[in-house]
Amino acid sequence: MATLDSLKKEFGDAISETIEFRGETTIVVTAASAKDILKHCRDELKFDYLVDISSLDNLGTEPRWEMVYELCQLGNGSNEHLRVKYSLREDEKAASVADLWETANWHEREVYDMMGIEFSDHPDMRRILMWEGYPFYPLRKDFPLAGRQSDMPDVAFTDRAPLEGGPFVTSPTSSSTVHREPRSRTFE
Amino acid sequence: MQAGADVSSRMSSTTQHAAYDTKVEGNIIFTQVDTAINWMRKNSLWPMPMGLACCAIELMGSASSRFDISRFGAEVMRFSPRQSDVMIVAGTVTYKMALAVKRVWDQMPEPKWCIAMGACASSGGMYRSYAVLQGIDNLIPVDVYISGCPPRPEAVLEGLMKLQKKIELEQSAVAQFKRGEGGLIEG
Repeated sequence: MATLDSLKKEFGDAISETIEFRGETTIVVTAASAKDILKHCRDELKFDYLVDISSLDNLGTEPRWEMVYELCQLGNGSNEHLRVKYSLREDEKAASVADLWETANWHEREVYDMMGIEFSDHPDMRRILMWEGYPFYPLRKDFPLAGRQSDMPDVAFTDRAPLEGGPFVTSPTSSSTVHREPRSRTFE
Repeated sequence: MQAGADVSSRMSSTTQHAAYDTKVEGNIIFTQVDTAINWMRKNSLWPMPMGLACCAIELMGSASSRFDISRFGAEVMRFSPRQSDVMIVAGTVTYKMALAVKRVWDQMPEPKWCIAMGACASSGGMYRSYAVLQGIDNLIPVDVYISGCPPRPEAVLEGLMKLQKKIELEQSAVAQFKRGEGGLIEG
């Protein structure tokens, strides 16, 4: 794949792993070089469309966070996809790519809202779905499915949803769905 | 024209009012104040459509010609709470929306009623989640719960008729009289 060759030639050691699976290409890079690689992808390799930014919580392993960027070539009609991943420690901030793709602004706000990962140099680092003052990050693995109590007077409140046998929490694992699926676990 | 005249002459000669005859009784109907008030209220329930999810689509369906909610006098969907009588909470009430729903409810003048339409508004439905209020009755009093996900328009109409039945039994004037505010009845 021409894209991969170009990236390897340009960045070399910063790309720690490349995965090809059924025509989908994923590169795993270092957190420090991620922004430069993404910029190169946009400017030199014509990945003009950022499909999505998402994040993973690998609770119990270090580093805890994993960022995932989904890129696509839209302008030249080739429809080629590239996935860029990198790991992030809990005390680190991710580099914002809102200056490269406008759409990253809201994607990164969603990651911040749901997972609590902050972005450096983001133009508008606020929550996007939950309200300002909501004290939790609901998609973290240590957050119960039923939710937690909170109260912001005159803004919103939350309460635990009744879950028989709960709270149900998913677990990060590379083994099968049986281990991964939400089960009654306590994280307090 | 000829046919029309025939029909009207036949009507006047055959129509008979056994219980009520204006010629005998004049323009007077004997009833109770509560019965009259309830009759007027139940047949002109103006809904406040609190459409929050897919239930709102079924609510629109029940307002349109196939199901025609205006047969029950409730077709005047008011988007101002100050002109509404019944709030139909149609859809998933998230915590972010919850206090806004409460506020609109508080702005509705008495007497007012509430219909929780569908599983989400009644109990949170399938959303056993951090983000969803587990039933609007946590915040405002609900008169009628309609099951379904979403309920069909027939179910909405059934719920409305249930509410009408409930209104029929209200004794607002009697209650006022018992509280000693009954200028209307005491004369």
